[in-house]
Amino acid sequence: MNIIYLLLPLSLLLGGGALIWFILALRSGQFDDLETPAYRILFDEDGPGNQ
Amino acid sequence: MSNMESFHYDDAIVRKFTLVTILWGVVALSAGVLIASQLAFWQLNLGPWFSFGRLRPIHTNVAIFAFVGNSIFAGIYYSTQRLCKARLFNDLLSNIHFWGWQLIIICAALTLPFGLTTGKEYAELEWSIDIMIAIVWVIFAINFFGTLIKRREKHIYVAIWFYIATILTVAILHIVNSISIPVSFLKSYPIYAGVQDALVQWWYGHNAVAFFLTTPVLGLMYYFLPKAANRPVYSYRLSVVHFWSLVFIYIWAGPHHLLFTALPDWAQSLGMVFSLMLIAPSWGGMLNGLLTLRGAWDKLRTDPILKFLVVAVSFYGMSTFEGPMLAIKSVNALSHYTDWTIGHVHSGTLGWNGFMIFAMLYYLVPRLWKNDLYSVKLATAHFWLATIGIVFYIVSMWVAGITQGLMWRAFNPDGYLTYGSFVETVTRIIPMYYVRLMGGTMYLTGILLLLYNVAKTIVGVKAPEDEKGTAPAIIKTPHAEGSFLNRLESNPIRFALFTLIAVSIGGLVEIVPTFVIRSNIPTISAVKPYTPLELEGRDLYLREGCYVCHSQMIRPFRAETERYGDYSKPGEFVYDYPFQWGSRRIGPDLHRIGKKYPDMWHYLHMKDPRLTSPGSIMPGYDWLYENYLDTSNTKAKMKVMKVLGVPYTNREINYAVMLLQDQAGEIDKRLGKNDNVNTARKEIVALIAYLQRLGTDIKSKK
Repeated sequence: MNIIYLLLPLSLLLGGGALIWFILALRSGQFDDLETPAYRILFDEDGPGNQ
Repeated sequence: MSNMESFHYDDAIVRKFTLVTILWGVVALSAGVLIASQLAFWQLNLGPWFSFGRLRPIHTNVAIFAFVGNSIFAGIYYSTQRLCKARLFNDLLSNIHFWGWQLIIICAALTLPFGLTTGKEYAELEWSIDIMIAIVWVIFAINFFGTLIKRREKHIYVAIWFYIATILTVAILHIVNSISIPVSFLKSYPIYAGVQDALVQWWYGHNAVAFFLTTPVLGLMYYFLPKAANRPVYSYRLSVVHFWSLVFIYIWAGPHHLLFTALPDWAQSLGMVFSLMLIAPSWGGMLNGLLTLRGAWDKLRTDPILKFLVVAVSFYGMSTFEGPMLAIKSVNALSHYTDWTIGHVHSGTLGWNGFMIFAMLYYLVPRLWKNDLYSVKLATAHFWLATIGIVFYIVSMWVAGITQGLMWRAFNPDGYLTYGSFVETVTRIIPMYYVRLMGGTMYLTGILLLLYNVAKTIVGVKAPEDEKGTAPAIIKTPHAEGSFLNRLESNPIRFALFTLIAVSIGGLVEIVPTFVIRSNIPTISAVKPYTPLELEGRDLYLREGCYVCHSQMIRPFRAETERYGDYSKPGEFVYDYPFQWGSRRIGPDLHRIGKKYPDMWHYLHMKDPRLTSPGSIMPGYDWLYENYLDTSNTKAKMKVMKVLGVPYTNREINYAVMLLQDQAGEIDKRLGKNDNVNTARKEIVALIAYLQRLGTDIKSKK
C-alpha cells in the first residue's frame, strides 16, 4: 500500500491546485458577471445551416 | 472602435477531426458488434489475431481514444475559437496534433491484435506509444492554452473551464499510470505491482471516465446545447458551482472499482462515499442542460439534434445515478464482475458520449461545409434506431448481470453451492448476449445512417473558406509594479499550468524512486517470485488478454471461498507486474487455480475448452501448441524485475533459460506425451506452469 504515499499527495496537489486556480479566477474578475455570458454565445455568427 | 480586429477561424482542422470521428466511430462500433458476436457465438474466435481477448482492447481503445477522442478535439477546437474570438494558436501545431493522434491509433491497431499489450485495462498501449500520446497531448495543450492567451473575450466561458480541467488532468493521469521500465521496444513492466498497481490503475481508470469521457463532453454540452436550442444556459451560476465540485470530488472515486478486494477497507470506504457525493454535481450538470430547454421543448418535435442532446443528457443523469448506486458496497457485492457493469458502461458511452457526438456532428457538418443536411428524416431515423438499440443493450445486460450475481451466491439448504459448475452461470445468460448483440447492431446501423447522411451532404461540396470573425482586442491594463497579487493575476492560466506541472514533476522525482527501491516489502514469507518459465507463461496470459474474461481476486464472501478457495490476500500479489485482478468473470476466477487440476486438464482445456467444460464459450488457443516459446528476452525480463525489487539472484538470471527448460521438461514428462518431443519447448507449457503456480504459495483450505 506504499503507493498511497504517491497518490495522496498527488491528489491533494491536484485538489490544492484547483483551489488556487479558483481563487485566481475569482480575483481576476471571472465571476463578476454570471448573467451575460450565457446570452453572449448565442450572438456569434455561425453561418448558414439547419438552424 | 479603433482596436477592432479581423481574423479567420481555422475550420479546416475542425473538418479533419470531424471526418475521422465518423470514420473511427464506425470502426469502434463495428469492433463492438464483432466482440459481442464472439460472446454470443464462441465459434467466431478465429486464430490468434481474431480472438476476443485480443480484440476487446481494440474496441475499447478505438471507442474511447479514436471515436470520443477525435470528437472532443473537433468540438474543442470549434467552440474554443468562437468562445475566445481568436483563431487557433498555431496551424502547424494543429496539424501535428491531428496527424500525431491518428498515427497513435494506427499504432494501436498494429500492436494490439498481435498481443503487444501491457495487460492494463484502458492503458494497454505499450510504452513507446505512451510516449507518443504524451507528446501529442502536450502539443494539444500548447495549442489550446495559446489560443486562450490570445483571446479577445476576457470572460472564460464555462465550457472552457471543463476543457482546461480535461487537458491538465488527463496529462497527469496518463503519465503516472504509464510509468514503466522497458524490456524491449514493445514490451515493458509497470513500476507498480499487485495492490499498488491496482490502486494506480483504477485511480487512472475512473478518472479517465471522469476527465476524458465526462468533463470535455460536459464542456461541449455547455456550448452546443444552448446553440442548438438558441437558448441561454439555465443557470450560469449553477454551471460554475457544479464544475468545481465535480472536478474536485471525481478524483477520489477510483477505489469503487476495488470494493471487497485486497485494497484496505478505509480506501474502499473513501471511494464509496465520494462516489455517492458525486451524484450532486453530476445532476447539476444534467439539470442545467435539460432546463436550458425551458420554453423550447416544442423544438424537440422537429429537430433531431435536440433529440440527441436531450437523450444524451438524460442518459448522463441515469449513468451518474447508476454509478453511485453500483459504488455502494452491498450493491457492488452482487454486481462486481458481472454484466451489470457492462450495462452501466454502455448506458454512459452509447447514451451520453455517443449521442452527444452524434448531436455535435449533425450540428457541425452543415455549418462546416455550408450545405444543408441531406436528410433530416434520416437523422431522425438514426435517433430512434439508436435509442431502441441502447435500451436492448442495457436491459439485457442488467438481466444477465443480476442473474449471474444471484446464481454465483446461491446456496442450497444443505450448505452447498446451488450452481457449483461455473459453466451453468454462463450458459444461462447466453440468450441475453443475443439481445445485446441485436441492440449493438441497431446502434451500429445508426452510425452507418449518419455516415451516409454526411457523405451525401458533403460529397462534391467544396470546403468553404475559413469563417471570418471580428472583435475588439482586449485592452491590457498596466500592472502596479512589483505587486505580488498583480503579478499572479496577470496570467492565471499559465500560472496554474506551470505550477501544476512543476510541482507534479518535483513530487514524482522525489517519490517514485522510493517505491522502485524496495527494502520493506510487506510480504508473506511463503510468497516467492515467479520462476523464469512461469514469468514467460504470465506474459502469455497478458498477451492473450486472459484478464478480459477471468479475474484473479477472490473476495471474502462465503460463496466465493466455497467456489474458489481461500480469499486473496494483498501480500500474494507483490510480484505481479502488472496486477491481473481483472474486472469480469465471463469465466471463473483463477487466483487459486494452481494444482487444482492435473497438467493434462489444462493441456486439453486450452486446446478446446469444451473437452473439459461442455457448454463453455471460451475460445481454443491452438496456436500455443504450435508456437515455440521465445526465450530471447527472458534474461532481460528478469533483470528488469530485479530493478523493480523482485529478489531474483544473479545465478537465477544467468541460468534463466536452463532453469526454464528444466521446469518445462518436468511438465512435459507429467503430460506423458512421448510422441512429440518438442512439447517442452512450446508456449503451452509455459502457460501451464504459470496457471499451476497461481495461489499455491500460501496454504489454502482446499
